[in-house]
Amino acid sequence: MHRTIFPARRALLALGVATLSSACATASGGVSAETSTARVGPDAAEAARLEAIYWSQVEGARNRFTEADVDFMVGMIGHHAQALVMAGLVPERSRSPAVQTLARRIDNAQRDEIKLMEQWLQTRGQPVPHWRVEGSTLVFQAGGEATGEHEMAGHEMAGMLTPQQLDELESASETRFDELFLRFMIQHHEGAVEMVRTLFATDGAAQDTDVFRFASDVQVDQATEIARMERMLQEMSSTGESPG
Amino acid sequence: MISTLPFRTGKLRGGAMALGAALIATSCSSAGGPGAGSPGPTAGTAPAPWELASSLAPSPDPRVGLGAGLFDAEQAFWNMRMVSTTPPPESFLGSTNSDLAFSGDYVIQGNYSGFMIWDISNPASPVLVQDYVCPASQSDVSVYRNLLFVSGEGMEGRLDCGDEGVDQAVSPDRLRGIRIFDISDVRNPEYLGNVQTCRGSHTHTVLEHPGDHDNVYIYVSGSAPVRPADELPGCVGASPDEDPESALFRIEVIRVPLANPAQAAIVSSPRIFDGLVAPPTHGPAPADLAAIEEARARGAFVIEIPAIGETMVLPDQAAAGLLQQVIQARGGEGPPTAADSAALRERLPMIVQNMMGDNLDPEAGPTQCHDITVYPEMGMAGGACEGYGLLLDITDPVNPTRIAAVSDENFAYWHSATFNNAGTAILFTDEWGGGGGPKCRVDDPMEWGANAIFTIEDGDMVFQSYYKLPAPQTELENCVAHNGSLIPVPGRDVKAQSWYQGGISVFDWTDPANPYEIAFFDRGPISAEAMASGGTWSVYWYNGVLVSSEMARGLDIFEFEPSPLLTQNEIEAAKTVRLDQLNVQGQPNFTWPASFVVARAYLDQLERNGALSDARISAVRQALTQAESSSGAQRRSTLTALAGELRSEAAGSRDAQKVRTLVDTLRELAGEE
Repeated sequence: MHRTIFPARRALLALGVATLSSACATASGGVSAETSTARVGPDAAEAARLEAIYWSQVEGARNRFTEADVDFMVGMIGHHAQALVMAGLVPERSRSPAVQTLARRIDNAQRDEIKLMEQWLQTRGQPVPHWRVEGSTLVFQAGGEATGEHEMAGHEMAGMLTPQQLDELESASETRFDELFLRFMIQHHEGAVEMVRTLFATDGAAQDTDVFRFASDVQVDQATEIARMERMLQEMSSTGESPG
Repeated sequence: MISTLPFRTGKLRGGAMALGAALIATSCSSAGGPGAGSPGPTAGTAPAPWELASSLAPSPDPRVGLGAGLFDAEQAFWNMRMVSTTPPPESFLGSTNSDLAFSGDYVIQGNYSGFMIWDISNPASPVLVQDYVCPASQSDVSVYRNLLFVSGEGMEGRLDCGDEGVDQAVSPDRLRGIRIFDISDVRNPEYLGNVQTCRGSHTHTVLEHPGDHDNVYIYVSGSAPVRPADELPGCVGASPDEDPESALFRIEVIRVPLANPAQAAIVSSPRIFDGLVAPPTHGPAPADLAAIEEARARGAFVIEIPAIGETMVLPDQAAAGLLQQVIQARGGEGPPTAADSAALRERLPMIVQNMMGDNLDPEAGPTQCHDITVYPEMGMAGGACEGYGLLLDITDPVNPTRIAAVSDENFAYWHSATFNNAGTAILFTDEWGGGGGPKCRVDDPMEWGANAIFTIEDGDMVFQSYYKLPAPQTELENCVAHNGSLIPVPGRDVKAQSWYQGGISVFDWTDPANPYEIAFFDRGPISAEAMASGGTWSVYWYNGVLVSSEMARGLDIFEFEPSPLLTQNEIEAAKTVRLDQLNVQGQPNFTWPASFVVARAYLDQLERNGALSDARISAVRQALTQAESSSGAQRRSTLTALAGELRSEAAGSRDAQKVRTLVDTLRELAGEE
């Protein structure tokens, strides 16, 4: 996409093009790339007044949430955290570049989304769950008391892997691992899609546009990824090899 | 295929650029006028345009390290300048601004709380003429004559436009679908009616049926969960296997009778995804193809898997196993003979087919599109549909059919499509993370959350390259590929594109394999403390200016500044294309009436790519000046003579096509056509 050009050649190129006679700079300065302090738009006092209104209205819009929204966010943080555990098993066990890529993207995406959900809870004065990954174990603390990863009381998390499934995945390797990883991640993602469905079927839920947008994104992103993983499984079964 | 981009560092280029700028300043006669004929690159030695762009790009990149602020963030510009930035009215402050549509002097800006209408006849000072409160995210907007269409998808949308939301999961008050307004009087929009749809409307696309002047059509896109049948009868969320009435795996087509728009209704639900077994990747890169050919040449077994569009080299171990089976089948033993290899080669397609068997899941395809861009002049549409990019035949708008499908393992979520003007290439965006995530950090791969560019060849889409915002952003800035439009620069494919808080990147993709940036704008993050959603949702060229919808900050308008990468003549030539209305998802075909500035734009391009000698460029410029200052027969004869000379030189030029295009323009100017 971007070709590397050696510095000396760059200088020559710049000199060559500088003579393009039709490329005239206008009075307002054609070729500049400076950070700008001179600006158009509202003056400082007006900008400050508008900014105060902006944040006050953003703050006001944050009050439009229900317990169902909070439960969804808390539950989804735990759900996403388990995906990080699963993705963390991939680098040492998978022999498939495609599975490695998938796991990197899942890790990147779900880590970002966890941050977003934590921020959503925090800005609404809701307790943010504590979680950490110890090896292949997730320790999750939603409210006051610490719980195991499968006893996150009050927060329904469909599609979570059982401890037995996690053990099975952890002890697998190579092609067997890739197949299990894809199957388990499909199960896991289907659970997230189910959580979104449950949320939308709850009275008063997802009126907050942040919640609606986030939950819709989770639904489509993970449904899309499920389709991708199903194709990867098909490829495995047709070639007997891990997807390249 | 493409590793993480090494972000540019070093000061040399910056120094060279400053020197270049000084030379440009001193070599100018008058802005926009004919050139001074200074010595330029000699024919045949001009750098490739992407090399030129790379040599001119500011370094260090001024987009890195910009200070935060809502209305006072630091800003960086390259080859463009801000004409105005106008905050939203107080009623809309703090609510997300979304997409744009244009009609005459007006731009309609969607907002999660409704829409705004701005008079931009003076781009330096937009005037708000209407702020219509009617919540329902994401308020994607389109215009057709006097009609305005607005998408509603969110759970909070109400039929009565109230802002109190809808408390029940099932409610007769909820609107999810398309709202229809009459904006004949922009100061008093009239809410005519709406069409409810099973998944609401995330985005939509307006198109005309060539043979039907009484109606206009709307494709509804959106992937939100299906509404319960209790709320909207007939909505079925189950898969088509379980219920053929499923709202999944189809798009909706609405017909709007122009005589009575309130009677708009769904007329078809084409299942454009049926039987879709698209390839899992965008297809092999040239290097992969070379490897396959090399393997063929050395006698390796190459298998085709049509169902997933893959060609692959059979691993040696697998080949050995299959050869053993062939040997056993003939009751032999020992190493395979040439006849065994030939037998295996013959049987391979069948073996592959048997192995695939019933493994293909007919539901592996997408259930909806995010966005569809129609290009009526070409009879085609580009559908960005979850895990796939689709090419559709829309010659019958009510019954679109699929021509081709691509998928790409680097793409998370196919978001939108743009054709080049000739309809020979298509660009898809990947809205990885949904637009709320910071996907342009220095460690985020350059092929994730990017554009993928394909050529259209015999009805197939062939991968060429990725393009992603080439400046890293902070983790406080949501950033990924988003909306943009083509800029009508004759002879080139140039696109301006929004990257949320990554700002605006303008790039040339005339050569689909080598896109390169030619201008940019960026602001620092909204907040220095925490991620706050914002940035530019869409940036579209409309009659000479770039209009950007800033999600938090309002309406921004920009102009290009001339540069070696986009000259004054090219900018002025783009301005000769005038539109009465614009919905970017209904892509217009650009044509350029012959004019002197269009001819000069082509001439600048011939100079840039070294297709004519400096002496000829200079002589042609002089002849053009002479022709323009004369009239009647004298102008005609000058232009005709010039066209004749250039026609005979075309074959010897390294860009014969463009020389001939210039000849056509000159002849048209001379009144010969």
